[in-house]
Amino acid sequence: MRLEPTHYNERIGMDGYMIKTNDLSKSFDEFQAVDGVSLEIGAGEVLALLGPNGAGKTTTVRMLTSVLKPSRGEAYIAGFNVVEQPEEVRAAVGVLTEHHGLYNRMRAHEYLDFFGQVYGIKAEKRASRVHDLLDHFGLGEASDRRVGEFSKGMRQKLALARALFHEPPVILLDEPTSAMDPASAKLVRDAIRELRSGERAIIICTHNLTEAEELADRIAIIQNGKIITQGTPAGLKHEMLGPPEYRVQLTDKLNGRQPVLPDGGRITATGADWLQFFSEDVKGYNPQVVQRLVADGFRVLSMEEVPRSLEQVYLQAVGSSKENKHAQ
Amino acid sequence: MLNSLRPVYILTRREVRDQMRDWRIIAPIIILTLFFPYLMTFTAERAVGFVQDFGADIIGDRLIPFLLMVVGFFPISVSMVIALESFAGEKERGSIEPLLSSPLKDWQLYLGKLIAVMIPPLIASYLGIAVYLFSVYRSVNWVAPTDLLIQILVLTFVQALVMVSGAVIISTQTTSVRAANLLSSFIIIPVALLIQWESLIMFWGRYDALWWVVVAELIIAGLLIRTGVSHFNREELLGRELDVLNFRWMWHVVRDEFVGEATSIWNWYGKSILPSLRRLRLPFALMLASLVGGLLVGASQISAFPLPPELVDPEKLDQGFIATNLESVRIFSGLGILFIFVQNVRAYILAMLAGLFTYGVLGVLILMLPMFIIGYLTATVATAGINPFLFLTAFVVPHGIFEIPAIALAGALILRTGASLAASVRGESVSEGLLRSVTDWAKIFLAVVLPLMFAAAVVEALITPQFGVWLLSR
Repeated sequence: MRLEPTHYNERIGMDGYMIKTNDLSKSFDEFQAVDGVSLEIGAGEVLALLGPNGAGKTTTVRMLTSVLKPSRGEAYIAGFNVVEQPEEVRAAVGVLTEHHGLYNRMRAHEYLDFFGQVYGIKAEKRASRVHDLLDHFGLGEASDRRVGEFSKGMRQKLALARALFHEPPVILLDEPTSAMDPASAKLVRDAIRELRSGERAIIICTHNLTEAEELADRIAIIQNGKIITQGTPAGLKHEMLGPPEYRVQLTDKLNGRQPVLPDGGRITATGADWLQFFSEDVKGYNPQVVQRLVADGFRVLSMEEVPRSLEQVYLQAVGSSKENKHAQ
Repeated sequence: MLNSLRPVYILTRREVRDQMRDWRIIAPIIILTLFFPYLMTFTAERAVGFVQDFGADIIGDRLIPFLLMVVGFFPISVSMVIALESFAGEKERGSIEPLLSSPLKDWQLYLGKLIAVMIPPLIASYLGIAVYLFSVYRSVNWVAPTDLLIQILVLTFVQALVMVSGAVIISTQTTSVRAANLLSSFIIIPVALLIQWESLIMFWGRYDALWWVVVAELIIAGLLIRTGVSHFNREELLGRELDVLNFRWMWHVVRDEFVGEATSIWNWYGKSILPSLRRLRLPFALMLASLVGGLLVGASQISAFPLPPELVDPEKLDQGFIATNLESVRIFSGLGILFIFVQNVRAYILAMLAGLFTYGVLGVLILMLPMFIIGYLTATVATAGINPFLFLTAFVVPHGIFEIPAIALAGALILRTGASLAASVRGESVSEGLLRSVTDWAKIFLAVVLPLMFAAAVVEALITPQFGVWLLSR
């Protein structure tokens, strides 16, 4: 089954979401793997799904590919219901699975061509796609080699090429750069960036927080099957770590002098020739800080936001979720 | 239709190509195709010469066609090994998930794999047969009759189909090749028994009977494929705990099916037994029809196998003769109740076990056997001038009132268990479906069949003989 954009564009409707889940849940006997996940991802958006091992990321992906049936809730991919229209959903999704799942005795070009046939792509188009994708991922010269001879990174790139082969409107990537050397990982990250388009939504499940921050428009953190928080990287940092802090570098040492800041903010740390502060109203407050310091005789060399990593957000979110669970 | 078969072809072609690149599959196929037929020819040549020395030419005559069947069978045995690996192996290597995430429909995936695992061994098998025919012609100048050759070719195909469809079911229901191989005895043993039966038929020389074997195997293959497609479940294929013997879960399923929501024995009959009985209406009707069929088939055999006339002399059938002969059987007493009861329970349990492995067919045939005998005896006494309805009323009806419903019910349960294997209830695995059916069988058996059987045994031991003697002597 080959899906053309016209097939799903009409179905996405007014809300414009390529991926939409509502209370999506999955239990295996008594084990609740995914519990009430609600996500809305629009065309052109990239969402990073973060979470510890066994948090429910892969189960969520499998429900979104109609491989697992939800125990509760609903999900739509490109406007197709994952329970009622499984074939259409699968045709609309390109998935990079946790395990590469390659056929070792096939040659790289044969492997891609086989999946192209499964997705109903015509022979001429398949030939050009095989050529383009292998070249794009630096596998052109290995096109005629057996997949069993490939390195881990090459296998990962071939699996990614397979996921993209039928140009799906929704792409689900489970650990896309794991087991890759830095150069290959960069290549894949660049490819993901290029995939971002007005007609496509992407979910990346990853443990690599830097990668998530670099690629994703939004982050969702999942733990014990539940989305514990979601938002833009900046929004999450603000929510989890409070307002941003700024560091003022002075030209001279403080030498025991204590700077005084205007009302509306407070100093959080000082050093020999610097100070750190925060305020809820960055735009209004920061110029006042500079003015006040200059007025008090300090010479300001620079002022910049103190960098905060997604790792801090993640650890805070996962930690507080654990604490809440214990408290309950 | 053709469009929906295209993905099957794509998948089959890939799988066949993949197999052809694996020397572990190719090596045995080549050996069995090119060298094994010559070995069989050599065996045939020597054996024919040897038995001719003792004037037993018939053995030689039967041995050559028999070896033709053997030459065809050996390469297709490889297909079972490939089929066992088909899903379990992909699951182990993790290559199944991209396929499951593709738009292939369940049946396309299933059929594609099923056909793929049959093609190379079947080609090898037919090549082997050709090599054998050529070499046996050169060595002993034997040419296979066309009808026999067609039979062997068809038989080889259906044997491959039975083995492969059974092995694919095992492969879809296990999480590793090791587990699939462990379960392969469920195919190897029945197929070995089948080959022995076919060998007997071939040495017997009743080649026409092989067509019945072909028909039976086609039915079994059809049921196995139905079972496979019905239980093919993407979710379970990705499950990780399928091989684990989960006693807790089993206990929950059994308790849920056996007790339900009942709080007392009367409540149990009302809430659990009655609904189960209602679900058995159709198989019960089918079973009743089968019993009537058994009776008629038994009666029809009188023309083929008549009893010697002196054994059915109506003059002898006076009250004294019947009473003396009944007494000599020694089961028509208080002790006889237990004997009859235990005997019947044993037969019903045996029928259930036989039914489990044959989709209920063999179990139903076992239960039809007494009706077959009754039909035969009734027809026999009818030929002796005794009113068959009087005979049935005298010796069958009194305990039959209890026993026939018991047999029909037991048969209905067996049929339903067979059906549950062939067609899954939505969301139920093979093991859960089977466990529920067997529990349902045990529940109805304990609650209804056993009491009916006990009542039948009491009547059969104490009332039927007296009543029969009284009625016939009037």
